[in-house]
Amino acid sequence: MGSATVTSEHTSAGERLDPQVVLDLHRRMVRIRVFETEAGRLAEQAELPGFLHLYVGQEAVAAGAMSCLRDDDQITSTHRGHGHAVAKGAQFRPMYAELFGRVDGYCSGRGGSMHINDLSIGMLGANGIVGAGIPIAVGAAFASKYKGEDTVAVPFFGDGASNIGAFHEAANLAAVLRLPVVFVCENNGYAEFTPQAGHMLLEDVADRAAAYGMPGEVCDGMDALAVRETVQRAVDRARAGDGPSLVEAKTYRYYDHQGVKGLRKPYRTQEEIDAWKARDAIELIEARAAAAGVVSEEQFERVWAETRADAADAIEFARASPLPDPADIAQDVYTVMQAPQ
Amino acid sequence: MTTTVVPPGAAGTGVRELTYVKAFNEGLLQCMREDSDIVVMGEDVAGYGGVFHMFDGVLGEFGPMRAVDTPIAEMGLMGMGVGAAARGLRPVVDIMFMDFLAVCLDQLVNQAAKMKFMFGGSVRVPLTITTASGAGLGAAAQHSQSLEAWLAHVPGLKVAMPSSAYDAKGLMVSALRDDNPVVVMLNKLLLGAKGEVPEGLYDVPLGRAATLRTGTDATVVALGRMAVEAAAAAEELAAEGIEVEVVDPRTVQPLDTETIVESVSRTNRVLVVHEAVTFGGIGAEIAAQVQDLAFDHLDAPVARLGAPFTPVPFSPSLEKAYVPDRARIADGVRGLLARG
Repeated sequence: MGSATVTSEHTSAGERLDPQVVLDLHRRMVRIRVFETEAGRLAEQAELPGFLHLYVGQEAVAAGAMSCLRDDDQITSTHRGHGHAVAKGAQFRPMYAELFGRVDGYCSGRGGSMHINDLSIGMLGANGIVGAGIPIAVGAAFASKYKGEDTVAVPFFGDGASNIGAFHEAANLAAVLRLPVVFVCENNGYAEFTPQAGHMLLEDVADRAAAYGMPGEVCDGMDALAVRETVQRAVDRARAGDGPSLVEAKTYRYYDHQGVKGLRKPYRTQEEIDAWKARDAIELIEARAAAAGVVSEEQFERVWAETRADAADAIEFARASPLPDPADIAQDVYTVMQAPQ
Repeated sequence: MTTTVVPPGAAGTGVRELTYVKAFNEGLLQCMREDSDIVVMGEDVAGYGGVFHMFDGVLGEFGPMRAVDTPIAEMGLMGMGVGAAARGLRPVVDIMFMDFLAVCLDQLVNQAAKMKFMFGGSVRVPLTITTASGAGLGAAAQHSQSLEAWLAHVPGLKVAMPSSAYDAKGLMVSALRDDNPVVVMLNKLLLGAKGEVPEGLYDVPLGRAATLRTGTDATVVALGRMAVEAAAAAEELAAEGIEVEVVDPRTVQPLDTETIVESVSRTNRVLVVHEAVTFGGIGAEIAAQVQDLAFDHLDAPVARLGAPFTPVPFSPSLEKAYVPDRARIADGVRGLLARG
C-alpha cells in the first residue's frame, strides 16, 4: 500500500482538496459505517433473521465509486451489498425494514439482506450468488447503449468473484460489444476464508483486464479520493463510448465474512487486521481534511450525529413495521399479465 | 374426429402453409416490427441467422443493435439478457441447444426467475429464451434433451413447447409479450414440419391447452412433438374403434390442469406422454394432479410413457428405442384400456 499520503492536502492528481467532495465522500462512508455497525449490533442481539455480510472497512470503495455516478447510472452488487446501496442513495428505513423481514423493506420482506435493490436510484440488486451481478450489469449497459443514453453500469465484485466464469464472460462481452461498463473489483484479500494467494497466482486482479483488451487500474481502496479519481477516469471513458474498464481497489473488511465475529478458527492475524484499521478510510479523510483545513471537525461531527439519529429512527421504524402476511406468500412470483380475451 | 384450432384475432388474414421454424420466425419478425424493445442476442443469431434459421432476416431488417452475435458464453449471454430486461428491453436470448442451459442455469434459475419476487415486485423481467430441444437427430447425449421438467419446477419461469407451426408462432408471440421469463422450446424434428399459419399477428395464450382430437375412450396428454405422435396414434386406434382424445398442454408452466381434468372426467382413462425421461417428468405432476382432482372418474391408474432413465443414446437403434413414438403410444392406450 504505497500510495498512502495521509496528510497530503492534495489529491493524488495534485488538485487541492475540494471541501464539497470531501464532505460528500465522508457522508457516504459514515452512513455505511453507522448502518453496518448498527446492523451488526442488531444481529448480535439476535434481532435479525438470516445472514449478514457486513461492509465495514471497505467504505472508501463504495463511496469513491458512487460519487462518480448519477442516479440513472446502474450498479449491481454482491452478498456484501449494503454499502453499495447506501452509497448509491438508498434510505435507511426500507433497508433496516428489509433486514428485519418486514413489509416496509425494499423487498417487502421477500428478499432480505442479499437482495436489497432500488431501481429508482439505479441499484439493480445485491446478489446471493458470487459473480452473478456482473453479467447483469453488462446487460444494463447494453440497454443504455441501445437506448442511446449516456448512462454507465458498474458491477461491484470481490477478488474471489474474479475467478468465476461469469466475470470472465461478462468482461469479454462488454469489451467486444464496447459497452459502458466499469468493473469495480473490491479486493479485500479473501474469498470468504481463503486468502488471495490461495485462490489466484496474480497479485493484481486488474491484470485480468488485459485478457479482454480493456484498461485495468489499481487504486488504494482505503482512500476514497483515490478510488474516486480512478473510477472517474473509467466512467468518463465509458460515457464517451470508449468501452469498459476494470478498476481494482485494494481494501479490507473488518468483520468476518458473515456476521460480526468469526465463529471458528481465525484465518487472519490480529497484526494484519490492526495494520488495515490503522489506515481506516474515514479516519484518513477526516485527518487529511483537517490537515488541509478545508473541513472542520464540527462539520464531520454533525454528519456522524445526523447519521446516528437517522439510523435510530430507521431501526424503530423497522421494528414497528408488520411482518408479511403468509396469505400473500405467492405475491410477485410472476408479473400478472392481462387475461387474454 | 379432428377439431380445428380457430386462430383468435386472425380474422381477415390469409392462412397458408408454413414450416414450424418459418412460422416461429414470422412471429418474431412481426413482433419486432411492433415493439422496438425486442432485441435478439445469442451465438450466430445475427450474421448466420441462427443454426436452425430461427433468426433469418432479423439482422437484415433490424440491424446489428437488434441482432447481436455474442461470444460462446452462455452465462454472460443469459446474464446480459437479464440485465437488459430489468432495464426495460425485451431481449430474446437464444441458447442454441437446450442442453446448454446447464451452462447458464444460475442466470436463468437464480436471477431471471427470482428477481421479481426477491425484489419485492419492483422489477419486471420480460425475457424470452429460445432453445432447440428433443432427440431424434443422432445428436447424442448433450444435444438432444428435453428438460422442461427442470424449468417448470422453478417458480418464476414459464415454459412453452409448441407442437405445430401454428403454435410455434402463437406461443412465441405470447412469450415476447409476456413480462416474465419464458422459455420457448422448439423441437428439432418439427422445424421443417408444415402447418396452416395465419399471415397476421396472433397469439396462443400461455397456459391454455389445445385439444387436438376429441374422443371418448381415453385421453392422451402429450407434450411437444409427442402431441404429433399421439395424434397419429389416435388415427391408428380409430381404425380399431378406439376413440382417443389428444390434449396438448402447449405450456407446462403454467399447466392447463383444468382442460386435462375435464377431459379425463369424460374418458376416465389417461396416458401422459413426453420424450423426457419418465422419472420426475411432467407426467408425474400431471398424474398427481389428475388423481387429486379426478380420482373418482378414473377407471384405471394414470399411465405414463417417456424415455428410459438414461442419457439420450447415439446409435440409431438405441435412439429409436429411447424416444416414444406413435406405435408405443398406441400400445400404451391399448394397455390402458385393458386395465381396471
